[in-house]
Amino acid sequence: MKKLIKKCLLISFSVLMIISLTACQGEKKVTINVYNWGEYIDKSVIGEFEEKYGINVNYELFETNEAMYQKIKPGAVNYDVAIPSDYMISKMIEEDMLLKIDFDNVPNYKYIDDKFKNLEYDPTNEYSVPYMWGTVGILYNKTMVKEPVNSWDILWDEKYAKQILMQDSQRETIGVALQKLGYSLNTNNLDELEEAKQELIKQKPLVLAYVVDEVKDKMISGEAALAVVWAGDAVVMIEQNPDLAYVVPEEGSNFFVDAMVIPKTSKHKKEAEMFINFMCETEIALKNTNYIGYSTPHTEAKKMLDPKVANDPVAYPSDDILEKCEVYRDLGDMVKIYDRIWTEIKAAK
Amino acid sequence: MKNKLIAYPYIVWMILFIVIPILLVLSYSVTYKSDTGLAFTLQHYKRFFDPLYINVLIHSMNLALISTLICLVLGYPMAMIIAKAPVRHRNMMVLFFVIPMWMNFLLRTYSWMSLLERSGLINKLLKLLQLPTLNIMYTNVAVVLGMVYNFLPFMVLPIYSVLVKIDKSLIEAAQDLGANESEVFLKITLPLSLPGVISGFIMVFMPAITTFVISRLLGGGQFTLIGNLIEQQFLSAGDWNFGSAISILMLILILLSSLVMSKYGKDKEGVGLW
Amino acid sequence: MVNRFLKKLYSFLIYLFLYAPILILIIFSFNNSKSRGSWGGFTLKWYGALFKDSQIMSALYYTITVAVTSSIIATLIGTAAAIGIYSMNRKQKNIVMNLTYIPVLNADIVTGISLMILFIFIKLPLGFMTLLIAHITFNIPYVILSVLPKLKQLDNNLYEAALDLGATPWYALWKVIIPEIMPGIITGALLAFTLSIDDFVISFFTTGSGVSNLSIIIYSMARRGIKPKINALSTLMFITVLSLLFIINSRTNKNSQRKEDVI
Repeated sequence: MKKLIKKCLLISFSVLMIISLTACQGEKKVTINVYNWGEYIDKSVIGEFEEKYGINVNYELFETNEAMYQKIKPGAVNYDVAIPSDYMISKMIEEDMLLKIDFDNVPNYKYIDDKFKNLEYDPTNEYSVPYMWGTVGILYNKTMVKEPVNSWDILWDEKYAKQILMQDSQRETIGVALQKLGYSLNTNNLDELEEAKQELIKQKPLVLAYVVDEVKDKMISGEAALAVVWAGDAVVMIEQNPDLAYVVPEEGSNFFVDAMVIPKTSKHKKEAEMFINFMCETEIALKNTNYIGYSTPHTEAKKMLDPKVANDPVAYPSDDILEKCEVYRDLGDMVKIYDRIWTEIKAAK
Repeated sequence: MKNKLIAYPYIVWMILFIVIPILLVLSYSVTYKSDTGLAFTLQHYKRFFDPLYINVLIHSMNLALISTLICLVLGYPMAMIIAKAPVRHRNMMVLFFVIPMWMNFLLRTYSWMSLLERSGLINKLLKLLQLPTLNIMYTNVAVVLGMVYNFLPFMVLPIYSVLVKIDKSLIEAAQDLGANESEVFLKITLPLSLPGVISGFIMVFMPAITTFVISRLLGGGQFTLIGNLIEQQFLSAGDWNFGSAISILMLILILLSSLVMSKYGKDKEGVGLW
Repeated sequence: MVNRFLKKLYSFLIYLFLYAPILILIIFSFNNSKSRGSWGGFTLKWYGALFKDSQIMSALYYTITVAVTSSIIATLIGTAAAIGIYSMNRKQKNIVMNLTYIPVLNADIVTGISLMILFIFIKLPLGFMTLLIAHITFNIPYVILSVLPKLKQLDNNLYEAALDLGATPWYALWKVIIPEIMPGIITGALLAFTLSIDDFVISFFTTGSGVSNLSIIIYSMARRGIKPKINALSTLMFITVLSLLFIINSRTNKNSQRKEDVI
């Protein structure tokens, strides 16, 4: 018995020693924490950055803008670079959660298309560097949906009961219902929201699941016929399953920009700027765009894209489609109303 | 023995990391930010008694109760079989119950995802046998299945550990007095095993009612259970006060049920998982 | 006879229910085709891919570091606590034991959230330290609950005798009590270790800044789609668990009387 104890202790201590030794070795380098959406980067890019600058990158994922906000807001974590969407950036600016970026350290910012500078969420463009953009629309499987798809209404069609995937995200899903009804995505009108809620409760029995990242796997393997997705994900899915097609409904949709920001809790602002600049290098931007399928705001990278992709209306829709699209605005205190509506939808039988 | 002192590091640790955090949650649950600072309120608790949230609670309790009962029905016979097996086999059988628990429970839940899908293995098999396919992924059934699968050992092990300890001579005495097998079971084994059943019940019911992972992965986000509601308040809605109030209510529920449990199971130390 | 057959069948079905999903994960970790359900030949490429995935490897590192460190610290604090609690009077014992039961009985999500609030309140950055503290916190009670029953079985006279023979209390503790309760301590340590490896919910709320353990990675991977890489990971974890158990079991078989204690 005693021998066993001694051995146990010996083993555990030696493991501990090895671990603490390796931990010490790693500490000499600067480590930056990057907080990004799932499947939103070509992983090899991180390795290249680490090699080039001798900086370690800790890469962590979030699923929704709200989840990211809740993690950063209390100030108990220190992320150096985060990539939230437009409305969340404006909220974070308003609440003084972001650092101003020193654009002298981000010379590659010049490659970013002017269309994506000084947008409403960061009017003077001091806090953010656009990373990707896109639209929200319907992805459908042509073998299962024979009719033309051009309206959100099809998501309420009983023919497709239990074959519809919706986003497990308050704004996206409530937004779909609002636009189906012809209202604004950013409405403050309680009656309109009530109507949207009723629509979604009515739709619930038809919905297979409310999903986030699972949507890709499910649509590629033909588990569902229709899904609300982001255009960039649609590109990737269509590549893997040619039966799929993507459309931005006529009623209009959401247009978004995801941009890189530096949270106030960052401890390595300089390295964060290096990372942002690196992400804006043409080669790197091209790599990321090719891997994740979203639309790039990077002018040079776009030129170098495979013409088939660059002319793909899914990723780079015409201006008249974009005109119909709305950008999310921060809801302020209305968030609570949206949250309650969301809970009511989820709790409905 | 005067070794009381060496328990102090533990007591300090528990006060720091159990008592104080719970007090913090409690303080969040009864305050709100007013213009002059924090103010006392019970509105967060009141809010929970809205039919909307009560329905969420009822739904969670329903699913958890069904899962617990299924675990009991499946687990009790199993515990009896193990308890009656020869000693040599017994330990092996228990061990094989424990092994899956040692694998990450997310992996186990995940394996069900790949089995239950529309084009998953179960349906492939059914098709091969010319049987109608099942669509249980993303339904209540899938959630219950996931709970039963994950929590079954928590039911079997406590019942088993009570059953083995039952004095064999009691059973023999009953048999000598002419009791048949079912009488022995109803009059002796079952009543004596009740503490195990109760602790198994709690060990399954409590995690089942507060899980947010199983309902998320297998329920496809369609069911808000109490666990999902708490998670949502902290991770997306950002209403810590309300989330804290629900947490405190859950804590009260759990403490109440453990009170009931300790009344039945007299030997408090015996009412563990193991 | 029929009865025995039924019993066997029933046990078989229950074990099938427990193991079938795991076996299928294992089989498909060797599947050359990416699509599940169809067999595309034997391959080990997912294992290669697994080891090249730096995110999984760093998560593995954090998981093991946290599990080893937290179980050692929890075992030290917990064993001391159990001995201390054992010498308390009834009233003190009751208070401390009730405290001990809170994290055991409490919902993981509530424990996780209350710790998260504490860390945020005292401005301790969420990351490795907070993860470790959280794991130690939920581990200690299990160590105490494993050690206490062994203390109860202890013959008090042994300790008294050691004192009578001139041993100091500390010496007697070290030489008499500790060896006697060792099986309980080992059980507690193993329990702490496995609970730490298995935990997702509490870790989910108490970590951040790039520190993720395996559970967290698996959760996000499981949501992004079924990937053979996870199957490979499951297989490795299963094999590790099995071999650990067999080592422990063969050891305890040697001192057969202690057999039951290790589970």
